[in-house]
Amino acid sequence: MATETTTRAKLRWGLLDVIVVVFALIPVLWIASLSFKTPATLTDGKFVPREWTLHNYRTIFETDQFVRALVNSIGIALIATAIAVVLGAMAAYAIARLDFPGKRLLVGVSLLIAMFPQVSLVSPLFEIERQLGLFDTWPGLILPYITFALPLAIYTLSAFFKQIPWDLEKAAKMDGATQGQAFRRVIAPLAAPGLFTTAILVFIFCWNDFLFAITLTSTEQARTVPVALSFFTGESQFEDPTGAICAAAVVITIPIILFVLFFQRRIVSGLTSGAVKG
Amino acid sequence: MSEQTATRGTGRHAAIPTQRSGRSRAPLSENKKAERRLGWLLCAPAALVMLAVTAYPIIYSVWLSLQRFDLRFPDQREFVGLENYVTVLTNQFWWTAFGVTALITVVTVAVELVLGMGLALIMHRTLVGRGIVRTAALIPYGIVTVVAAFSWRYAWTPGTGYLANLFSDGAPLTERASSLAIIMLAEIWKTTPFMALLLMAGLALVPEDLLKAASTDGATAWQRFTKVMLPVMKPAILVALLFRTLDAFRVFDNIFVFTAGGNETSSVSMLAYNNLIRGLNLGIGSTMSVLIFITVAIIAFVFVKLFGTAAPGSSDDERR
Repeated sequence: MATETTTRAKLRWGLLDVIVVVFALIPVLWIASLSFKTPATLTDGKFVPREWTLHNYRTIFETDQFVRALVNSIGIALIATAIAVVLGAMAAYAIARLDFPGKRLLVGVSLLIAMFPQVSLVSPLFEIERQLGLFDTWPGLILPYITFALPLAIYTLSAFFKQIPWDLEKAAKMDGATQGQAFRRVIAPLAAPGLFTTAILVFIFCWNDFLFAITLTSTEQARTVPVALSFFTGESQFEDPTGAICAAAVVITIPIILFVLFFQRRIVSGLTSGAVKG
Repeated sequence: MSEQTATRGTGRHAAIPTQRSGRSRAPLSENKKAERRLGWLLCAPAALVMLAVTAYPIIYSVWLSLQRFDLRFPDQREFVGLENYVTVLTNQFWWTAFGVTALITVVTVAVELVLGMGLALIMHRTLVGRGIVRTAALIPYGIVTVVAAFSWRYAWTPGTGYLANLFSDGAPLTERASSLAIIMLAEIWKTTPFMALLLMAGLALVPEDLLKAASTDGATAWQRFTKVMLPVMKPAILVALLFRTLDAFRVFDNIFVFTAGGNETSSVSMLAYNNLIRGLNLGIGSTMSVLIFITVAIIAFVFVKLFGTAAPGSSDDERR
């Protein structure tokens, strides 16, 4: 498709590529570098550590504070992702395939929720969850996560579902399958890549959240890593929390980097189909 | 579609009548009804969760915002009408926070649009290393905001950071203007890739032959960009702007890590959080929640007016 694949054009694009890569990676490399520095060299301001150590990683895994938060983060994000993808898949199937009144309303409402100011929910949810005993529990965080992940799931999945060939569903129904069976036996396996992509996006969203996690938790019982990180400072048992914070930050960055490395194409198609093609 | 299915289904049935159950032979309207019911049934759980966690709390927060309700003095709880609104709207902290939020929103979204467009063009048209660029660009999107915020914070902390040493004029995170600049920088770093991805989806819609035709007719690169690409991309640009504007207005994580709202760098989200969790003042916190909700609703309304028919979802049915 390129008409002028000259060396100069390639060089120019290559230079731009390098700028983008550096722009994207610098903060990540910097925090990784800090996490490997020894306490003595932590404040030398050098981008590359002069002495390397795993001390910070040992420290965080020896403390309950971080391990508990990591378990909370993984558990809450996985459960919320599973529920959001299942509910989202049901709704997206209906939107993509069925004709029923109220469809546009649902699409409209989920768009509104995608743009909803989450901070507006902080005060009422704080009070409601306190009364219901959900405050500082896993379900107390899972519920808002599902809610804000659902629009993303519905958009992405309905875009994927629309790409699945109609004929297969017809064929299944001709062979005597009901709508429900057609969904479970034919469409769901075909939609698996879409489901998987959606799951990654939803997981990233839940993994990332800070606002709900900091307002709806108060102890290690449900505190997730992003929040625990900001509590390492000051009241913690570490002498200088900087190294520990950086090590913990690197640990929770690893899954994201792996997702991005292995599923780059899918994440891009999921994000763009969900947001633009509607 | 399902009508076709039904008729074709019954057509086949005539040939092999004994094998099929009665369901698919039922009249069309039955089928239609079943489809509706299934549609509602499948959407109900998602709709219920979304409404329960957003609509009900918003109504509840309107109710809370009309009360004097401080968790430190629970016996003083009483209905005070609009008093909380008067308190907040005449408070200079609120307006400072509002100004800060508006400033961050406008500056970051404007810069992100320009940078995002550049990044989208690179990701879409680069001749070499397309996969690498796209992968790298996704990293800021995926990284936990708090992690990135700590990285930037340590970079700007005197002694620890490489950036602070580079511009050695004291501690930038202890002064208002430089703190705000750093907050905006971190926001831009984090969200430009998302903007770029949305714009790239728009770029993909630009027909390649149209660009070729324009370039054969002697259009310069700039002319091709403004006269051919931009008009086609307009819906994508508006979607990207809407999403990012509303998202930028919610800025919280970065401010929390950088300054926790010190030196008058609070955003409205930060201020609401401080009133609620630090101050335990549910009445005032809820009032701010409602005000933020109204502001966002106004922004969304203005954008939807601009969108016209191009709003996502409205064109959902005719797309395929």
